[in-house]
Amino acid sequence: MRRLLWAVILLIVLSMVTFAIFYLVPRLGGATPETLAARYVGRAATAETVHLTAEKLGLLDPVPVQYWHWLKGIFVGASYDYGSGVEHCPAPCLGYSFITKQPVWPELLDRAPVTISLVVGASLLWLIGGVSIGVISALRRGTIFDRGAMGIALAGVSLPIFFTGLIALAFFSYQLRITAPGGSYVPFSENPARWAYSLLLPWITLAFLFSAQYARLTRAGMLETMSEDYIRTARAKGLPERKVILKHALRGALTPVITIFGLDVGLLLGGAVLTEKTFSLNGLGKYTYDGIVNGDLPKILGVTLIAGFFVIMANLIVDLLYGVIDPRVRLE
Amino acid sequence: MTTSALRDLVLRHPGQGDEQPFLEVIDLQVHFPTDDGLVKSVDGLSFALDRGRTLGIVGESGSGKSVTSLAIMGLHTRPASEQSRPGAQLGGEVYLDGEELLSKTPEYVRGLRGKRMAMIFQDPLSAMNPYYTVGQQIIEAYQIHNQVNKKVARKHAIDMLGRVGIPEPSRRIDAYPHQFSGGMRQRAMIAMSLSCDPDLLIADEPTTALDVTVQAQILDLIRDLQSEFNSSVMLITHDLGVVAEIADDVLVMYAGRAVEYGSADQLFNRPAHPYTWGLLGSVPRFEGSRSERLLAIKGTPPSLINVPSGCPFHPRCEFAARNEGLSEEVRPELAPVEPGHTVACHLSPTEREQIWEHEIAPQL
Repeated sequence: MRRLLWAVILLIVLSMVTFAIFYLVPRLGGATPETLAARYVGRAATAETVHLTAEKLGLLDPVPVQYWHWLKGIFVGASYDYGSGVEHCPAPCLGYSFITKQPVWPELLDRAPVTISLVVGASLLWLIGGVSIGVISALRRGTIFDRGAMGIALAGVSLPIFFTGLIALAFFSYQLRITAPGGSYVPFSENPARWAYSLLLPWITLAFLFSAQYARLTRAGMLETMSEDYIRTARAKGLPERKVILKHALRGALTPVITIFGLDVGLLLGGAVLTEKTFSLNGLGKYTYDGIVNGDLPKILGVTLIAGFFVIMANLIVDLLYGVIDPRVRLE
Repeated sequence: MTTSALRDLVLRHPGQGDEQPFLEVIDLQVHFPTDDGLVKSVDGLSFALDRGRTLGIVGESGSGKSVTSLAIMGLHTRPASEQSRPGAQLGGEVYLDGEELLSKTPEYVRGLRGKRMAMIFQDPLSAMNPYYTVGQQIIEAYQIHNQVNKKVARKHAIDMLGRVGIPEPSRRIDAYPHQFSGGMRQRAMIAMSLSCDPDLLIADEPTTALDVTVQAQILDLIRDLQSEFNSSVMLITHDLGVVAEIADDVLVMYAGRAVEYGSADQLFNRPAHPYTWGLLGSVPRFEGSRSERLLAIKGTPPSLINVPSGCPFHPRCEFAARNEGLSEEVRPELAPVEPGHTVACHLSPTEREQIWEHEIAPQL
């Protein structure tokens, strides 16, 4: 319960900081409410129109007041009047894009399934793949398998997704034509098979990037737990070696892996910007990218908050999972 | 030396006859190849243990006590099984109930572990898996060797916990090792190792990590359970007090070899090896004034890579000079001093008796 409360407080602080960064920092750079408002009115607007718009949008208010309006909008909705008519933004109103003239929240809802699909599939792949490779590497320390796997792992962490992704696209989608080309996403509810097919390459490419880290982490953890006294006890009981490894050694080695896994998944859910851009997936990452390119502050603010929410939730879940994984941290 | 000749040196008790002992170790060698050279942790060790009896193995750290027990249990990684890690090189013979173990496959020996021979370790906290409850670990041990369902195994585990003196076993079974006290953990460890009713129990320093008051309880427990299960116990310790408490026979090890071997009565009342004298001298006593200092054995345990020539104990031995350099050149073999009592020392029997009676015994 206390942890939940902290998560909420953290979320509020996060929104304040983000809001402050987006609305205060431009002013430090010399931007006035008028220059911000100028983005939202027609090209040939008079200085008076711009000033009027800025006033109507509340851009002339002190920043805390603006924050309060924005925060209120999340719960009761908001209306924006910028000259050419009143735009309504129903609750939960995370902001209103004056460029696309769309409220942010429905768009986020629309994009989220793509990102979630991408992240869930890829994370399962890299978790299973990375841990398996790590276990085998640890058990065959110093062999060709170990050296090969760790070499590939190093390449995996070092190569950026827009490099491996583009090469994979060129080779598998356009040369061999065995995977879907970029931008062919099909929602799961429409056709699960097509959905999986369209995401296969992004999954594998993203998993390749991450599994490397998991293989290394698992390997290090396994080497540590395999030298524990309780492994000797398990063997002394006459337990078959396979069970000694999977039941006794892996359990201890997984604790750090689960921690990193939660954080990685939380981070990616807020938008796998590079992956989505590379594979033309219309997810939260692409949304962020578009927001940045167009300087669409409400979009960026909304997506930052959602990303923060995912990271905080992931942390919370990892915290709670700790008690399940390691009985020693369980609260008495 | 031939096997049969070695076998003759292995302790036989009066009235035992020619029946083969339950556990028999003949010329055991355990060597570890390292970057610095070959570590000869155990180098030609022989002993025997009968059903229902307790053998105490004493010696300093690094004398090869634990390595011996792991070799009997088949718990050393062998070079063949894992190319990447240099394992132990094993030599000699180990007979458990007439069956030679070192020549068996690891899988076969695994089937014996836990069932016919079990082991308890020094530190019960690190020896139990922190991620599983005490019950899960005992149930697991029982289910490896017995085809029973979880319910039966759980009942058996509760029963075992009760027998080792854990109060409220049906509730405590679901506790994790860290929720137990040190003594309780060692009791649980004993319950786990005895769950399949093994014939041989190897206890590797079972009381070292425990409070003195708890030590006595654990020793009592081991003794009681031994008579109840009629198992043989191999007790490894560096504490002669523990040995005096519980052992029938005693084997004193030094630098991977036996230096003296006999019944507890012989070892404590007529010790024959200078190293044993040293060990006896270093036991604190209640009698006597506080200002009296313990008699320490000078020097440090020898390197197991370059074991001293001749008698490995000679650099630390006060009496090595009394036999014209023989100790520096020739390795002494175990030789009988009385029936059932052997010692590896170059001192002549008369000289030894003289030293014991006039120089050592009065100081103890």
